[in-house]
Amino acid sequence: MRELALHLLDIAENSISAGAKNIAIRVEEDAETDCLRMSVQDDGMGMDPEMVARVTDPFTTTRTTRKVGLGIPLLKAAAEACNGWLEIQSTPGKGTLVQVEFQRSHIDRMPLGNLADTYLSLVLGAPHVHWLLSYQVNGNVFVFDDEPIKEELDGISLTEPAVISFLRDYIGVGISNIQLEEN
Amino acid sequence: MNKIKSLEDLKRIREEALNKRQIKAASGQKEIVVGMGTVGIAAGAREILKAILDYIEEENLEGIVVRQAGNIGLDSWEPVVQVTIGEEPKVTYGKVTTIMISKIMKNHVVGGEVVKEYALEL
Repeated sequence: MRELALHLLDIAENSISAGAKNIAIRVEEDAETDCLRMSVQDDGMGMDPEMVARVTDPFTTTRTTRKVGLGIPLLKAAAEACNGWLEIQSTPGKGTLVQVEFQRSHIDRMPLGNLADTYLSLVLGAPHVHWLLSYQVNGNVFVFDDEPIKEELDGISLTEPAVISFLRDYIGVGISNIQLEEN
Repeated sequence: MNKIKSLEDLKRIREEALNKRQIKAASGQKEIVVGMGTVGIAAGAREILKAILDYIEEENLEGIVVRQAGNIGLDSWEPVVQVTIGEEPKVTYGKVTTIMISKIMKNHVVGGEVVKEYALEL
């Protein structure tokens, strides 16, 4: 995966699989501190410390009873190669917070990629989740909360063509405005 | 700065959708599921989902439910798309490309004919 936005999709997918009802994703870029930080917070089933160790570093822990993917370790390695870090805080029964930080200007830092497509895929693909999605660059912030939209639609599917257009525009314009302001 | 759409737009969308709802209730539920595990994402599942949504939007197809699933268990066939039309058995398509999507949408989702050359025998 050569886009941070795809990694975000991957982490959020873990949250959905963990049975989360509420998932908050934040992406923040700041030129002054030269930092790009992303976080995914969920109220899913959570993990015990052993499981956290295993999803972070599958080759240094020995327990093999549960399968884990390589998405998180690859993102962690990418962050560490850019003077950054990745951390998972999790409580069984409560939820999980995954945070990752990169030096924003690092030559090897992966591009953010298509954040609008990632956000749209999540909102449309997992409509049972309450999504709180944000993107911030140098203090300008776009926040997308899908709850008022679902209330307004009141049972109409999110994948009706008119709703897809609405959401694509809403999220796309919101994110591109933040990116325009920076330039 | 572009103007962001407002919730007023949604009110109108909802009313229009409700008006049409009676018509589609009889035609049987159409569901498309895209596998979005790590392997699926790495193989391009997000672009596949987007191509499906684009098709629905362009052709103005109503009454189709699209959703994501975690790892479907067919890693070597990712990206994987599953189509279910009404009571008919679920059809699984593997190694799906955006070009294949137009044919699957046109022939199967709209036309009701399974695209046999893309379907996996499971």
